[in-house]
Amino acid sequence: MTDTLPEADAQSVEAAILAHGTQPGALLPLLHAVQDRLGHIPPPAVTRIAAALNLSRAEVHGVVSYYHHFRERPCGRHLLEICRAEACQARGARELEAHVRRRLGCDFHQTSGEGVSLEPVYCLGLCATGPAIAIDGQAFSRVSAAVFDALRARHL
Amino acid sequence: MSQVLYIPRDSVALSLGADELALAVSAEARRRRIDLQLVRNSSRGLFWLEPLLEVHTPEGRVGYGPVAPADVAGLFDAGFLRGGEHPLCQGIVDDLPYLKRQQRLTFARAGLTDPLSLSDYLAHQGFVGLRRALSMSAAEIVAAVTDSGLRGRGGAAFPAGIKWQTVRTTEARRKYVVCNADEGDSGTFADRMLMEGDPFALIEGMTIAALAVGAGEGYIYVRSEYPQAYRTLCQAVDLATAAGYLGADILGGGRGFELHVRKAAGSYVCGEETAMLESLEGKRGMVRAKPPLPAVHGLFGCPSIINNVITLASVPVILARGADFYRGFGLGRSRGTLPLQLGGNVRHGGLIELAFGTTLRELIDEFGGGTESGRPLRAVQVGGPLGSYLPASLLDVPIDYEALAQIGGVLGHGGVVVFDDSVDMAQQARFAMEFCALESCGKCTPCRIGATRGVELVDSIIAGQQRERQTGLLRDLCATMLDGSLCAMGGMTPYPVLSALDHFPEDFARPSARRAG
Repeated sequence: MTDTLPEADAQSVEAAILAHGTQPGALLPLLHAVQDRLGHIPPPAVTRIAAALNLSRAEVHGVVSYYHHFRERPCGRHLLEICRAEACQARGARELEAHVRRRLGCDFHQTSGEGVSLEPVYCLGLCATGPAIAIDGQAFSRVSAAVFDALRARHL
Repeated sequence: MSQVLYIPRDSVALSLGADELALAVSAEARRRRIDLQLVRNSSRGLFWLEPLLEVHTPEGRVGYGPVAPADVAGLFDAGFLRGGEHPLCQGIVDDLPYLKRQQRLTFARAGLTDPLSLSDYLAHQGFVGLRRALSMSAAEIVAAVTDSGLRGRGGAAFPAGIKWQTVRTTEARRKYVVCNADEGDSGTFADRMLMEGDPFALIEGMTIAALAVGAGEGYIYVRSEYPQAYRTLCQAVDLATAAGYLGADILGGGRGFELHVRKAAGSYVCGEETAMLESLEGKRGMVRAKPPLPAVHGLFGCPSIINNVITLASVPVILARGADFYRGFGLGRSRGTLPLQLGGNVRHGGLIELAFGTTLRELIDEFGGGTESGRPLRAVQVGGPLGSYLPASLLDVPIDYEALAQIGGVLGHGGVVVFDDSVDMAQQARFAMEFCALESCGKCTPCRIGATRGVELVDSIIAGQQRERQTGLLRDLCATMLDGSLCAMGGMTPYPVLSALDHFPEDFARPSARRAG
C-alpha cells in the first residue's frame, strides 16, 4: 500500500470528482467511476474523495466496505463470478461451484495461481437458464462443468 | 426489399451467445449476397428457446430456436428467411400456446420491438397513457391508479394509489419519483426484462407518476448485477429527453421531469426502500425506521413515490385503457395481471404474465412442463429468498396475495423456483440463514445476530447434535426474527427456514454420516 497514487490514477480520481462530485448523493456514482477506471478503490483515493465531498475518511471507507461491489484491493487478471442463489442451486450451481474451485485451485474471495479472482454473486437474473456465471462482467448461462472448461480455455 | 430478422439482446439471449449468432447470421448473409435488416429485439420470455431467432413473413413472425452459430448455414439452406422447415423451427411465435395463453399488458411489447426505437414504441401504443395524463388533473391521475386496484409489485403489495395520494397531498417544494430496480430476489427477472426490453414503458410510467404528485426529478436505482439493463436505461433516458418526453418541458405541456439512472453496488438489502434511499443519498444501505414514511419524508428528506419497476411500467396501460380495463383482470383484492417468473429446475422457464388467480400447479405443469431433470418435483420457492418453500401437495393454491398468505407463503415479486427431489431442504434452510447473515445491514439485532446463530443451529441439527433441543431453539429464534426485525430481511428469513422445517422434516432428521457434502 502506498500513500500516494501514481499520477495517471490521481488524474482519474480528479476527473471522477469533477464529473460526479457536485450531484446530490454523489458518493456511489463517484466510487463507481473510480473503480471502473482503476479496477479498485485505493486508500489514497478514499482520502481524496472524502476531502472533495466534505466527508470523513471513515464515512467513505464505511461505504466502500459496505457494498459487495466495491474493492479496496485490485483483483486478478480476470474476475469470475458464480451465481450461488436458489434458482441456480436448483439447476446444479452447487456442483458447478465445487468444480470451479477444484479447477482454479482456490476458494471464493481468493485469486487463483493463474490470476482469476473468484467471487460469489447472488442472482444475475438468468434464473431459468442457470447455472449462471459472469466473466469480467459478461454473463454466461447453462454453464455445466464442460461448458465452464470451454469458457475457461477461451476467456481466462 | 431487405428481409427483416430479429435476434434478441436480452441478457438471457446474450448469455447464450446471441451476439455471436448475430455475427454469424450477418456473415452468412454477406457470403450469400442476401440483403438483411437485423433488428436486435428483446426477449419474448421463452427462455428455453433462446437465442430465439425470428423472421418476418406474411403469415407472421416465424421463430427458430435455440439457435447456435453452427446452425446458421443450415437455416439459410432450409430457406428460413421465408419461414422454411427446419428442426429448430417453432412456427408462428405469436401462436405458441405459451404466449397465446398469457394476458400480456405490462409486457405487451416484450420481444416485438427494438427496445431503443422510439418509433417502434410509438407504433405499439407508446406514450398514449402519458398523453392522456397530460390532459388530466393530478387528482384524476391518482384516482385512476387507485381505481385500477394496482398494488406494488415489488413484494409488499401496498396499493399504489394510496401511496401516490399521500405524496400528492404532502406540501413540499421538491418531490421525487424513485424506481426501485434493485431486483435482488433469486428467481425473479421481470424488472430486468422490462428495463432491457421496454425501457420507455418505465420512463412513461415514472413521468405519469411525476405529473400525479408534482415531482420534478426521478431516480431509477438499478442493481450493478444488471449491466445490460443499466446501459439500456441510460440510452433510453437520453433518447426520451432528446425527443421531449423527458426534460424541462414534457411534450410542450409546460411541466418538467428530469430522470437519473443510478447504479447500485451489490447489496441485497438495498432493495428495501429505505435502505435504497440511504444508498441513493451516498451512504451505507442501512434500513431506516418507519415512520416517517418515505411518502412524507423520503429521498433527501422530500416526499417521494417509491415503486418497483413493474408497478410503474403498468401505469401507462392503466392510463391508456382505463382503470376499469385493468381492474377487469384478477380476483379479490389482487387486481390486474402479474408477470410471473418461472425458473429453477423447470423445462420451460420464462416470463408468464397472467391475471391473478391461476394456480401454481397450472403454472408449473402447463407452462413449465415439469422439471428439466425429469425427476419428481419436490419443492417450490415462491417469492424469492425470503419466500416459503412449498411442497407439491400445496400447489393448488391460486396465485393471489391473500391466498398465498393463508398457506404461510408470500407472493413477493412473483418469482417461482422449482426444485426436484435431489434437493436437500436442510441445506436450503441453512442457505436462507447464511444469505441473511451475509446481506444483513446490521442495524437491528434479531437480523444481525440471529442469522449467524441460525446458521449454527441448522448446522448442529444437520450434524445430529441435540436435534430436538436445537430445533426448538431454531423455532424460537425464528419467532424473534419474525417479530423483532426492522425490515423484511430479518423479518422474513424465517419463512424459508420454518417452511422447510414444517414441510420437509425428514431432511433435518437424516443420519448425519449419510448426508452427502
